[in-house]
Amino acid sequence: MNQSLKMLLRDWRAGELRVLAMALVVAVASITSVAFFADRVGRALVRDAHQLLGADLVLVSDHPWQAGIAEEIARRGLEHARATTFISMAIAGENSVLAGVKAVSANYPLRGRLRIAPAVNAPDAPAQAGPAPGTVWIEERLVTALAVPVGSKLKLGAASFEVAAILTLEPERGANFFNIAPRLFMNVADVPATGLVQTGSRVWYYLYAAGAREPVAALESWAKGRMERGQRVDNLESGRPEVRGAIERAQRFLGLTALLAAILAGVAIALGTRRFVERHLDSCAVMRCLGATQARLLSLFGVEFLLLGIFSCAAGTLAGFAAQFFIAEILGGLLRADLPAPSMLPALQGFLVGLVLLFGFALPPLVQLKNVPAVRVIRRESGAPKGGTVATYMAGVAALSGLLIWQAGDVRLGVTVVGGFGAAVAVFAAAAWVVLRLAASGAVARRLGARSIALRYGLANLRRHARGNAVQVASLALGLTAVLLLTFTRNDLVDAWRRSAPPDAPNRFLLGVQPDQLAEVKAFFARRNIAVPDLNPMVRGRLTSVNGRKVSDSDFADERARRLVEREFNLSFSDSPPAHNTLSEGKWFAPGAREISVEEGIAKTLGWKMGDELSFAVGGESFAARITSMRKLRWDSMKVNFFVIGPPGLVGRFPASYISAFRLRAGDEPLMNELTARFPNLTVVDVGAAVKQAQGVIDQVIAAVQVVFMFALGAGLLVLYSALVATEDERRREAAVMRVYGASRAQVTGSQRVEFLSMGLLAGLLATAGAAAIGQLLARRVFELDLPPSPELWIAGPLAGLLLLSLNAWLSARKVLSASPALTLRDSV
Amino acid sequence: MNNSEQTILSARGIGKTVKSGSSDLVILREIELSVTAGEAVAIVGASGSGKSTLLAILAGLDTPSTGTVAVDGADLFALDEDARAELRGRAVGFVFQSFQLLPSLTALENVMLPLELRKNPEAEEKAREILGRVGLADRLGHYPKHLSGGEQQRVALARAFAVRPKLLFADEPTGSLDAEAGAGVIDLVFELNRSFGTTLVMVTHDEHLAHSCGRVVRLVAGRIAA
Repeated sequence: MNQSLKMLLRDWRAGELRVLAMALVVAVASITSVAFFADRVGRALVRDAHQLLGADLVLVSDHPWQAGIAEEIARRGLEHARATTFISMAIAGENSVLAGVKAVSANYPLRGRLRIAPAVNAPDAPAQAGPAPGTVWIEERLVTALAVPVGSKLKLGAASFEVAAILTLEPERGANFFNIAPRLFMNVADVPATGLVQTGSRVWYYLYAAGAREPVAALESWAKGRMERGQRVDNLESGRPEVRGAIERAQRFLGLTALLAAILAGVAIALGTRRFVERHLDSCAVMRCLGATQARLLSLFGVEFLLLGIFSCAAGTLAGFAAQFFIAEILGGLLRADLPAPSMLPALQGFLVGLVLLFGFALPPLVQLKNVPAVRVIRRESGAPKGGTVATYMAGVAALSGLLIWQAGDVRLGVTVVGGFGAAVAVFAAAAWVVLRLAASGAVARRLGARSIALRYGLANLRRHARGNAVQVASLALGLTAVLLLTFTRNDLVDAWRRSAPPDAPNRFLLGVQPDQLAEVKAFFARRNIAVPDLNPMVRGRLTSVNGRKVSDSDFADERARRLVEREFNLSFSDSPPAHNTLSEGKWFAPGAREISVEEGIAKTLGWKMGDELSFAVGGESFAARITSMRKLRWDSMKVNFFVIGPPGLVGRFPASYISAFRLRAGDEPLMNELTARFPNLTVVDVGAAVKQAQGVIDQVIAAVQVVFMFALGAGLLVLYSALVATEDERRREAAVMRVYGASRAQVTGSQRVEFLSMGLLAGLLATAGAAAIGQLLARRVFELDLPPSPELWIAGPLAGLLLLSLNAWLSARKVLSASPALTLRDSV
Repeated sequence: MNNSEQTILSARGIGKTVKSGSSDLVILREIELSVTAGEAVAIVGASGSGKSTLLAILAGLDTPSTGTVAVDGADLFALDEDARAELRGRAVGFVFQSFQLLPSLTALENVMLPLELRKNPEAEEKAREILGRVGLADRLGHYPKHLSGGEQQRVALARAFAVRPKLLFADEPTGSLDAEAGAGVIDLVFELNRSFGTTLVMVTHDEHLAHSCGRVVRLVAGRIAA
């Protein structure tokens, strides 16, 4: 230990360990800052997503709550709030409009805030409490429709209320688009006075709970055991598919970034250790001469590296910890959320990852040190280390693969990235070797070589070092691939992702269009220069049996599954699959076939398989059809989506209403009142607020991912650096020999430049191809996005390779020329 | 220290053959050599005569194709490589033509290294003392690259004698030095040799230097010349 510590200090002082330590510090710093930041962002996302529920847990019932439930929430020390929702006509003078009434207790919502404004178009602010008794808050649409500005009165049933504020944002909105009439908030204490809630009224009763994670979880399991028919428990997972989708994507992006940082760190460490070993072969031979046994050498270097690992990981973890505070500070405004304090778990994680990386990649070359024969002191050519074969690095690769899957928390993502990089390394090395040999020995090279000595030596070096250079080009290409992936491909992916939930996403749902109104409604839009929306038929049907077996909610353990089978499905019919859905399995049915297409998520939840026969009851009739295709769809696209679609000949014979999602331009809002005035049975749902919320979550995620990407970028640059310094000693020696034999400075720099630029161009091209291929693979397989080819990438990649190695050639030449050849040669003896 | 007439190094029937393409290349054949404690033996010969290979085998750094070597009573090649390393650490010192100092260590640390490998608690003290004896007391903190060739070889000598070896192998110790520095180093070798009672086996092609040793063994084409 003592001797190893001395060796560590001496090697450190001699600069032997700096590159390695830096690789480790950067690796651990990036991993921990990713982990710390991802931990905090992840927790913030989960917490903020609760705002969309209005609470941590929501109990929903279609009949008044049995005694004891609300009391139990209070007894468990959780905050609780109540709400009752129903549809009612709001009346003011001559005008009446169907309003979605939500009567809430004063402390609603427990998570997030309602936002209100004192007048239409006045700036809004978060509401401190719900509406006071005797008052209502209404959406702008109601103000316009009823002509009731703030301060005026409206009637609900038997009671009269003063309009106290304009409601501008309701966090919970969007939980169910299909029953939202213009919102009206009132105090729950006023409900009895309206006389609207009577037997037979369609009323929903909500109990909200919020508090620490454990009691909430305990309440959830307690409540689940007591739910009656028509009651359910909503948590984040079960309640909001679109929010869950965004969080899953966020975690994938963050996981991916952490993966890249880990891979790059491993490569940098492998390169750094190899250099260390090469520079310590002579020392080891001398130590063998001086009586050190193999075991002693291994333990000396093993402990030295362990100490290096501990110090570097500690430094890296501290740096990562500091960095994530810095990022959180910068992003404070952008994230629009207070990040929870980081837990210490990522520190431990970073430390372990660092040590595993160090030993996974450092141990194989280090073990070679113990095998150095003592006779090397007399015959220097003895005991040169074996090339870095794949087998030597199996431990590292295995360790890294384990880490990757752990970091990604997603086997498919981990395997995709590991496989991509593994294939890239193999292909890069092979391609580089072939190209270097061909380029340097071809007829072109001979002709070029005749013109200048620099060119001749440069090309000769390429050929002579084909194997070593191939390894270096592969490493460079790998680092550059990561850099390109993280800059160009990342932007392309993020753009593609943004496009999939574009800022012009639909902001209105139009419900209840009758078949005989289709032409008129379309004409209404056309006359007012609004793009005529697609109107999708919707048939409400209840699932009765699967493969002839009767379906009951008690068949399912899963809460969501029970809820899905309990309620009516929105079925649709169409000749072709919706444009924003993709078929993941099977073929689209022929018109008139007794076949249906289902969404793969619901199929998984309800255990449906291809070929299953589902029966639905629609009104008094029923139909049965086999599942012949599965669709994948994007819940955060804000488009109209259906779980079940059948052929027009089969589903189209039932009474249908039509539904649409479309984008209403700002300023066109009054047209919607005109629409509902013209077609009183239509409901126009303003999903603008919900879109805004989802977009906000997505933007937040993108901001976080971009910051995290910067760290992996740093690790990528480190790999580049390690690859470049790996052969520095040898090049310096060769240049010194050339100088000794009379080469001019121009000739020395010229030959190095030829060698470096060829390698740079090659590495750049390979990296570009690699980044493009991996980007496509990630886009299609993991993120399910279309990634158009990027011309910028193909210009920037090779250029980056050229520039980096030009810089390196320049720096290297400076170093070589600034030291006297005698000194360089003596050093290398 | 009083050395009796005991044999400290003996080589019996040493042969070394290496593969060279499809044929065998004989480097050493039937070498018989016995060295008495306290003796100074020079091995001389032309380039390629096999003298460095012989030295490597005698020191246990390389293995012979045939024959045995006994150092301080131990049959070298009956031991495994680790046991040989231990024996080297205990009884053998080396000086090389190319010095073989560790570039990342100072002069003092280079000399301390063998002592530290033996976990000697007085490593620094002893290293300082012996560096003083080779005239480098004011160069303790210098790195090899900041020392002249002669100074580097003196550090190497200090390192070799730091563990009081019974047997010192020197491979062309003046081969990288100019005449003046070489002479200085050789004087020092003999002085330390006498002072510590060390047995010296030196490979050289410098006839003058060889004759400073008590005995000269001449190698011709892998055999000891009569």
